[in-house]
Amino acid sequence: MASIEIEKLEKSYGHVSVLHGIDLDIRDGEFIVLVGPSGCGKSTLLRMIAGLEGVSKGEIRIAGNRVNDLHPKDRDIAMVFQSYALYPHMNVAGNMSYSLRLRKTAKEKIGAAVAGAAAKLGLEPLLERRPKALSGGQRQRVAMGRAIVRQPKAFLFDEPLSNLDARLREQMRAEIKKMHADLKATSIYVTHDQIEAMTLADRIVAMHGGVVQQVGSPLDLYDRPANLFVAGFIGSPGMNFLDVTYSGGALRLKDGSQIEASVPESTPEGSSLTLGIRPEHVVITSDGRGRRALVELIEPTGFGIILHLSLHGIAFKVFTLDRQALAVTGEIMVAFPAEHIHLFNDEGKRIG
Amino acid sequence: MKQSLLPTVAHRIAILCYIAFALFPLFWLLKVSVTPNDLLYSEGVRMWPSRTTFDHYAFVLRHSSFPTFFKNSLIVSGSTAVVVTVCASLSGYALSRFSFRAKYWIVALMLLTQMFPLVMLVAPIFKILSPLGLTNSLTGLVFVYSAFNVPFATFLMQSFFDGIPKDLEEAAMIDGATKFTAFRQIILPLTLPGIAATLGFVFTAAWSELLFALMLINGNAAATFPVGLLTFVSKFSVDFGQMMAAGVLALIPAGLFFLLIQRYLVQGLTAGAVKG
Amino acid sequence: MTITADTLGRDHDHRPWLTRLAHACEPYLYSAPSLILIVVVMLVPLVIGISYAFRDIQLLNPFSGGFIGLEHFRELSRDAAFYGALRNTLWWTGASVLLQFVFGLILALLLDKPFWGRGLVQALVFIPWAVPSFLAGLNWAWLFNPVIGPLPHWLFGLGLMSQPGNILSDPQYAMWGPIVANVWWGIPFFAITLLAALQAIPRDLYEAASIDGANWFQRFFSITLPFLAPTIAITVLLRTVWISNFADLIVVMTGGGPADRTQIVASYIFTQAFKALDFGYASAIALVLLVLLLAYSMLIILLRQTLLNKD
Repeated sequence: MASIEIEKLEKSYGHVSVLHGIDLDIRDGEFIVLVGPSGCGKSTLLRMIAGLEGVSKGEIRIAGNRVNDLHPKDRDIAMVFQSYALYPHMNVAGNMSYSLRLRKTAKEKIGAAVAGAAAKLGLEPLLERRPKALSGGQRQRVAMGRAIVRQPKAFLFDEPLSNLDARLREQMRAEIKKMHADLKATSIYVTHDQIEAMTLADRIVAMHGGVVQQVGSPLDLYDRPANLFVAGFIGSPGMNFLDVTYSGGALRLKDGSQIEASVPESTPEGSSLTLGIRPEHVVITSDGRGRRALVELIEPTGFGIILHLSLHGIAFKVFTLDRQALAVTGEIMVAFPAEHIHLFNDEGKRIG
Repeated sequence: MKQSLLPTVAHRIAILCYIAFALFPLFWLLKVSVTPNDLLYSEGVRMWPSRTTFDHYAFVLRHSSFPTFFKNSLIVSGSTAVVVTVCASLSGYALSRFSFRAKYWIVALMLLTQMFPLVMLVAPIFKILSPLGLTNSLTGLVFVYSAFNVPFATFLMQSFFDGIPKDLEEAAMIDGATKFTAFRQIILPLTLPGIAATLGFVFTAAWSELLFALMLINGNAAATFPVGLLTFVSKFSVDFGQMMAAGVLALIPAGLFFLLIQRYLVQGLTAGAVKG
Repeated sequence: MTITADTLGRDHDHRPWLTRLAHACEPYLYSAPSLILIVVVMLVPLVIGISYAFRDIQLLNPFSGGFIGLEHFRELSRDAAFYGALRNTLWWTGASVLLQFVFGLILALLLDKPFWGRGLVQALVFIPWAVPSFLAGLNWAWLFNPVIGPLPHWLFGLGLMSQPGNILSDPQYAMWGPIVANVWWGIPFFAITLLAALQAIPRDLYEAASIDGANWFQRFFSITLPFLAPTIAITVLLRTVWISNFADLIVVMTGGGPADRTQIVASYIFTQAFKALDFGYASAIALVLLVLLLAYSMLIILLRQTLLNKD
């Protein structure tokens, strides 16, 4: 196991720049999740760490050694691919032992390592099968098995669960988490699924447009998103945003009505801000407090209910566990508890 | 929905016409090759002779130079197939997996070689090979045929490589393989069907080549099957039975290749549908 | 040649130069054997062949070899056989490509729908394609031969011939012999190519069109043809060039005769080099053929550009 440091890392293809100066310190044994929409550069970053893409500028260090010019085979890392990339002409045991055979490991050692990994992943009855004869979940397990047979310095995961159906994905997610608790291996995991990011990560790295937006624990990102992008990306259904102005010591909506919130004192008078509040934090009131909103659509999810509202003509969502919300029609009153309000300045940065 | 019978019947009849057209010439070849000489003219257009014989085959195999021709063709076609498949695997891999500056020019060069009349090269190649002692030699033919077939085989192999996900190589490299090890241990085994198809294709192409063999080879010792058969035809143009028996024999390798490639016919060959 | 394999971010590549060089060389090393073969056996002879066109090169004449400028071309411009060969090339190529294409398309359409035994039928009708071209030529020459083949007798029986003769020795119809052989031999190629293109058309398009009420002909003209058009264009273009160079069948079946009536330019070049051993003159004709083919390709490209611009 090892730590990984990334310093001022840049990547460009010709004149197109895809990563603009990434800095990241990953501690030994940490589980890091890179999350962001497609095209944000998260996969490129992972592939650069793996050595599958060259470094344009900056430095990658694994266990303190600069690896920029090292071939993937010399970096001692393991990777699980989205497509699993199992070798179709080798059976499960062959797939798992390939890396050890390349390193000319002794036969008994290989046998022991494969047996150990197979036991851990429940693959013992499948060792003789070819990948073609496996189900999606089993293939996924073999891909994981291939990574854990040798003890690499780090595990890299490139959206490993996105080809599985929802049920299996949940199950494998839990297994990956268990495996990490067990092996304590430094892991970097790329996904666009924020639930995976929240559930697995020690720390999440939210990326957008080739720039790291925020690094922090899952709850940090949920509770105190650093900017509009992170606020909108983390959480489902996504955070509601309203344009407000700060005037006369209070926040005002477009129609002039006031919203109570704690605004930092340094905020200049008259500045336009964005107010964010998560759907699950909006309160439906029945005592006349709050503001009027028009109900446009009701989506029951089973666990709760998503109400699509229109607030001063702006689309707005509320998530509630109260089943009575299924019956609402016309207009309802909603309130924004001050402690759940996020404020962002005109650059999209969090204030307060 | 009710299927009307008429289109189905018309469809089957059309198919039968095609089959008849495709097979009739070969059937006739076979028929004459087993017809005894005394019935050849008396039973001219009969579909099948009243008596059959294998005498023609026996004669061709025992008393003519055809076994030599067959052996020469086998050597030339086999060597060409191996040389071309090795070269084309490498260059096809380069075209499939690397993006490099000269790639565009290499592709353009290979396409160009598919466009210009090869018959243009008959005279200069003869002039170049003759002082090197490579005329009237099987080595010379292998050399020439290899070059002619490499461009198409490269495109064919490239399309097979393109069908193998890049992830597999990357996985191998992360598992600790060099690029060349990954090529040898992961990619090549997966391309085996493609390699078989290329081998078969080049073998047949070399087996069929006539013009350069006519030009570069004279005399029976180094003659390939097409040259031998053509000389035989112009010398003994009355021995139809023997000629056609030799013709049937010439079909054997082509037939074997056909069995081999049948499965990949539609799927594989369209990729390089540049040349027949 | 500048060697820069890694076009990706080469402006600020800080790897040691040796690693970089090794990396940059890799694709060239893989391509080298093929490239060397092509350059040595095709490109160099091509250039030499072009130079022959301006020299007097006769294999049997030890005093030949001198530079004679445009003499071959002057001779060529007075060569009636050459003009005949040009006309024959047009006729041979046009008829062969058209018939191969039409019958190939019909065959592809017939094979497109699944039916019982399709695999076998496909294998059977594609067989001619695997027959070596010289054998296809001989085979058809024999079929046309009244001594041994049935065709003259059938044609006579149908009243198309006054007596069962060999059309390969009839100056008026001789060209049909190689053309028929060529069509027989080339239909599978067109059928394979078009069938693959047909099977790449998404099936739900046809279902959608059927639901919209289109009949077979409407579906063919509104879905099938537009989808096939690019394949058809490229295949016909390449096939035209290829067939106009394809001399095997003619050399085998008629040798250009009777009275040069089946001589195409490609077979004329071969005859000049092989029989007359006049390499200089053969190369001059070859050069003219090359220029004509280049002009044809240019014309097609230009035509395509104008058509594209019109849309």
